[in-house]
Amino acid sequence: MLETQPRTPYRPRTGYLFGGVMIFHLILISAQVQSRAGVPVLESVTFGVFSRLQGAVASAIRGVTGTWTNYVGLRHAQTENESLRKQVGDLEVRLQEQRALAARAAQLESLLKLRESTSLPTVAAEVIAGNPNPGLLTVTVNRGSADGVQPDMAVIAPKGIVGRVIGPVAARAARVQLLIDQAAAIGAVTERMRAGGLVVGAEIDGRPGLRMDFVSNLADVVAGDAVVASGVDGIYPKGFVIGTVEKSERGKQLHRAITITPAVDFSSIEEVLIVLVPARGAVTEETTDSKREDPK
Amino acid sequence: MRVAGAILALAAALALQTTLAGLTSGASAVNLALVAVIYLALAFGPAAGLMAGTVGGLVQDALAGGIVGVGGFAKTLVGFVIGVLGAQFIVAQSLPRLIMFVSGTLMHELCYQALYAIVEARAFRMHWSAALIQAAVNGIIGVLAFAVVESGPGLLQRRRARGATLSRRHY
Repeated sequence: MLETQPRTPYRPRTGYLFGGVMIFHLILISAQVQSRAGVPVLESVTFGVFSRLQGAVASAIRGVTGTWTNYVGLRHAQTENESLRKQVGDLEVRLQEQRALAARAAQLESLLKLRESTSLPTVAAEVIAGNPNPGLLTVTVNRGSADGVQPDMAVIAPKGIVGRVIGPVAARAARVQLLIDQAAAIGAVTERMRAGGLVVGAEIDGRPGLRMDFVSNLADVVAGDAVVASGVDGIYPKGFVIGTVEKSERGKQLHRAITITPAVDFSSIEEVLIVLVPARGAVTEETTDSKREDPK
Repeated sequence: MRVAGAILALAAALALQTTLAGLTSGASAVNLALVAVIYLALAFGPAAGLMAGTVGGLVQDALAGGIVGVGGFAKTLVGFVIGVLGAQFIVAQSLPRLIMFVSGTLMHELCYQALYAIVEARAFRMHWSAALIQAAVNGIIGVLAFAVVESGPGLLQRRRARGATLSRRHY
């Protein structure tokens, strides 16, 4: 019955079987043997191994969960970021609109105050266009002959004199020559010492500005003096502000060299008042003819 | 048939071992279960050796009342190693077989004592004299077992042939 048979050659499968059986024996022994702590070795080893395994699994799950959470959070953050950027853009636009409205309201308020404070008949006008010709400093307003506007009527703003209406005047629009135009002129006096002269448009340091001519070297004019309209030209109402003396130097001949800082910021005129008082012809002719030969 | 024979041989060895243990007090000079395991490993290879070692060792442990698995571990190791060695080398002669039985027995004792030392957390102790005696006895029994099993079929044939000749003479 037990006669010798051809022996089974060693195969890897036998090695696996051997390993499995040996592990089984070790587990069996461990289940019966207690450690120094009084706990069965199998339980102790199993707990130790599984606690590490659990730790590794928990760590892996935490890592995956954390990565996923961060990824999802990042995606949400990106979407939220885009949404917030859009909101910020919209809010910036709205803020600019609100600022523009506030500025416009402030301008209209000051214009209204000016209108109420002056006894002159005026009509409010809105600047609707500039001048495409850089050599001429004029703007177009939305009031014309239909509103009673005529050439050589003074145009003022809350801070001071802007210029005058120049012809031709349309029914619903008129052209205004700014005071800083080199062809413009206005009779003026200094408010402090009443030194009279003629304020004309001039290029100062490469930029449009104002110059006061025909002021005697003997006159006491210093920087900071306010310059107002004298009213002698028959166009501009007396006492309205032109600007302040920026520099006043003794001239080489009889007259001082005076530069004036305009009271009005001509780069941002939006609302103006047109003084509906016709100019006194003779004076107007003098004023315009003295400076302008042919504006066109 | 081979499996049944192996199980029967193992069972017989275990039964005989327990009987002998009951007759002799103290350490037994022979380990028949181990002899059966080494025999099966040499005869059928490492797989048979390790399975025989597992079953035989576990049953022996269970019967002995000690820690179940220590003997099984040692016998499985011996059965597998002897099976592998038997498959690699020619062990058809008595002397190689004796060496296998002796070395297998010593390996078993070493492993057995080492495992108990680890399990009981004590120093390793080896009774070399008892181990060598057991190895020698196991070797002799194993070699004899091989001789009996291998000469068994031829002996039966010769006896049958002799019986037939005697019958013809009667006629």
